Amino acid sequence: MRKHLILWVPFAGLAILVAMFKISLNSPRTKEIPTGLIGQAVPEFTLAPAIAERPGLSAASLRGGRPHIVNVFASWCLPCQVEAPQLEALSRRGMNVVGIAIRDRPEDLARFFANFGNPFSAIGADVDRSVQMNMGSAGVPETFVVDGRGVIRLQHIGAITEADMPKLVAAYEAAR
Amino acid sequence: MIAEAGLALLWLAAALSLLQLVLGWAALRPEGQGLLRIVRPVAVAQGAVVGLAFLALIWLFLRTDLSVKLVAANSHSLKPWLYKFAGAWGNHEGSMLLWVTVLAVAGGAVALFERRLRQDTLIATLAAQAAIGLGFYAFLLFASNPFERLSPVPVEGNGLNPLLQDPGLAFHPPTLYFGYVGISIAFSFAVGALITRDVGPAFARAMRPWILAAWIFLTLGITAGSYWAYYELGWGGWWFWDPVENASLMPWLAATALLHSVTVLATRAGLRAWTIMLAVVAFSMSMIGTFLVRSGILTSVHAFAVDPKRGTFILALLAFYIGGALFLFALRVRHVKDGSTFEIVSREAALVINNLLLSVILGLVFVGTLYPLITQALGTEISVGPPYFNGWTGPFALVLVVIMAIGPMLRWRRDSLKTLSSRVAVPVLLSVAALVALVVLAPGIRLLPMLGLALAPGVFAASLAPLWGRRLRRTPLFLYGMVIAHAGIAVSLAGMAAESAFTKETLVAVGPGQTARVGGFTVKFNGVTPVVGPNWTAIEADLEVRRGDGAPFTLRPEQRLFTTPPQPTSEAAIRTLWDGQLYVAVGDATNQLDQGGRRQIRLWWKPFVTLIWFGGGMIAFGGLLALIGRLRRRRGTKAGEIGGGGEAPA
Repeated sequence: MRKHLILWVPFAGLAILVAMFKISLNSPRTKEIPTGLIGQAVPEFTLAPAIAERPGLSAASLRGGRPHIVNVFASWCLPCQVEAPQLEALSRRGMNVVGIAIRDRPEDLARFFANFGNPFSAIGADVDRSVQMNMGSAGVPETFVVDGRGVIRLQHIGAITEADMPKLVAAYEAAR
Repeated sequence: MIAEAGLALLWLAAALSLLQLVLGWAALRPEGQGLLRIVRPVAVAQGAVVGLAFLALIWLFLRTDLSVKLVAANSHSLKPWLYKFAGAWGNHEGSMLLWVTVLAVAGGAVALFERRLRQDTLIATLAAQAAIGLGFYAFLLFASNPFERLSPVPVEGNGLNPLLQDPGLAFHPPTLYFGYVGISIAFSFAVGALITRDVGPAFARAMRPWILAAWIFLTLGITAGSYWAYYELGWGGWWFWDPVENASLMPWLAATALLHSVTVLATRAGLRAWTIMLAVVAFSMSMIGTFLVRSGILTSVHAFAVDPKRGTFILALLAFYIGGALFLFALRVRHVKDGSTFEIVSREAALVINNLLLSVILGLVFVGTLYPLITQALGTEISVGPPYFNGWTGPFALVLVVIMAIGPMLRWRRDSLKTLSSRVAVPVLLSVAALVALVVLAPGIRLLPMLGLALAPGVFAASLAPLWGRRLRRTPLFLYGMVIAHAGIAVSLAGMAAESAFTKETLVAVGPGQTARVGGFTVKFNGVTPVVGPNWTAIEADLEVRRGDGAPFTLRPEQRLFTTPPQPTSEAAIRTLWDGQLYVAVGDATNQLDQGGRRQIRLWWKPFVTLIWFGGGMIAFGGLLALIGRLRRRRGTKAGEIGGGGEAPA
């Protein structure tokens, strides 16, 4: 009998496999991508103003005691137009919304803001994308919630939709 | 009306499969002898009825009957007719209906044509096939009804995923399914033989043509799928180690191993338990693949609708059928007698090594594909990519190819190294010469492609060796089949290695009138024009290409936007030359920093890339010749006495 025990190995293997499949079927699928930078301070940077009407942005200005919503965007990016109303709404709620404009030009930004509104209190021009890269962001749009000590609390990849609003608001409130 | 008829036919087919199972069960009992003759007609009827149900679904799609939910969700009245037709299986419910259709038609074919298998084993096989069918009918009827009506009737349908709107789609999934699901026959044969304790050479000879037929379809399906992904996805690659691709590759690896082990069983009565195991594993891989693809637990470029309930249903079916077969295996296989012995240098030994290597590769692909699930269970989610798959399977595949080249030169049972070395002298010389030439002329290429390129000519020559010294007109057809299939592997290997070693790629932003260069080609960008198709609009780039000083030709890659559903796709333009393909894709307008209408153009020069699919075609064609050869011989010799012996070198 013991000699034949090995014949049951495939059967046991299948049982383990099926159990594994069942577990992954039950576990919820999330689009959340945990980044290594959550809980860490924003890397040092200083960016010149992207348009004349607003100041530029630096890591130091994010450490002023109040939380910030940092939106990485560009005038040439279509999803950024889609999320514009949501950013506008966050700004109207009295939140500090600041922007990092990726590879952009003042006249294009002016046209973008004329069409879709300007929710930003400060906009830094990231011409070579180095600041974006250092923050662990690969594309546009992306949005960070940074607390009053300049520590990253949330990274949202892609356009902000209505459904994402509660998550961002909660993270902002928690960062106060 | 047609939808209701289709649903009724589906219920009828399910009832017939239940009848087939019960009758088969009863017929195998001592008192059930009288029932033996009814099982076959029932199996044939089941295949015919479900075939009609499938035709009903196609008819609904061709008429764009929007009162049917599936049609409304996946079709559109403006769609060209070919895609309405193919749309019938370009969705979850339709493809599952195709699944059971192939399952039942394959069972019906066995009932109709199989004459050599022992009567009781045949009945047990048909009962097993019916049992599988029953579960999948339940899945269709209770969880994936393709004939469900929709109320109120929408004015227009949602359209078909644009990536699937391609002539390749019309034939790729059915081809793949015939292989993928057709291999269920091997599974049912194995279960049948375990039930009746009939695992022997005669059984193997009966099973072989069925495996071969499914394997041909799998080979064709994978080859066509690879080419489809290559030109349709616009990434310039031909294999992405995507879970869905792996889901078709794994049954192929198992079926290939099975094809060779069944030959050992047929000829030398060896590898009995192993052959049965492989037959179970091959179809298990098909079911696991279906589960992975349909449950959405692995992320894939092939975005199929995800529904956890359906996933659980398929998982339950999979656990039941594979579990049942493995249970039966553990209980019964100990009664199977061992075959005759063989020496370490022999045809059997080569085939055993071939089987082990195929199994190792299968295991590596399996683990790699499921790796995200394993890491997920440990708390993180990491998937492994091409570096893992290429790095691990590549070396084993190269050794496998060498064994494949040597194997057919060896005699059964026992051979000597001395005679072998004289036989392999020419191929070895060819490969060494190729290696030296590569090291001298192209020293920069990586190790695996270099070895692949060096091995290819030697393996090609060695594959032809079995024909050496034979009278070609008297050589049996299946021997030609083997030679062509093995040579096809060498041809495919050469294509893969050349593509990997010599591809030139460049990504440029060019304005009208500007030129770009890649691999000896000069590509001049003449601007873009808007184009309107039946259900899409596109920006078409006009590229004037010249090779060296040769005559210019025009390539027109497109950036397409489909209207329903709205989705952009990149339509690559490909120029096939005798020594490779020039592959061009056009991107979006570059951002507004770049004035003057510059566009991103991606250019690839892929030397001898076409050999990959040409080799794939040769492999399938070789399989077809072998199949015809086997069937002819079977008809010629009723008793089948010399059936497998013919492979021994003359």
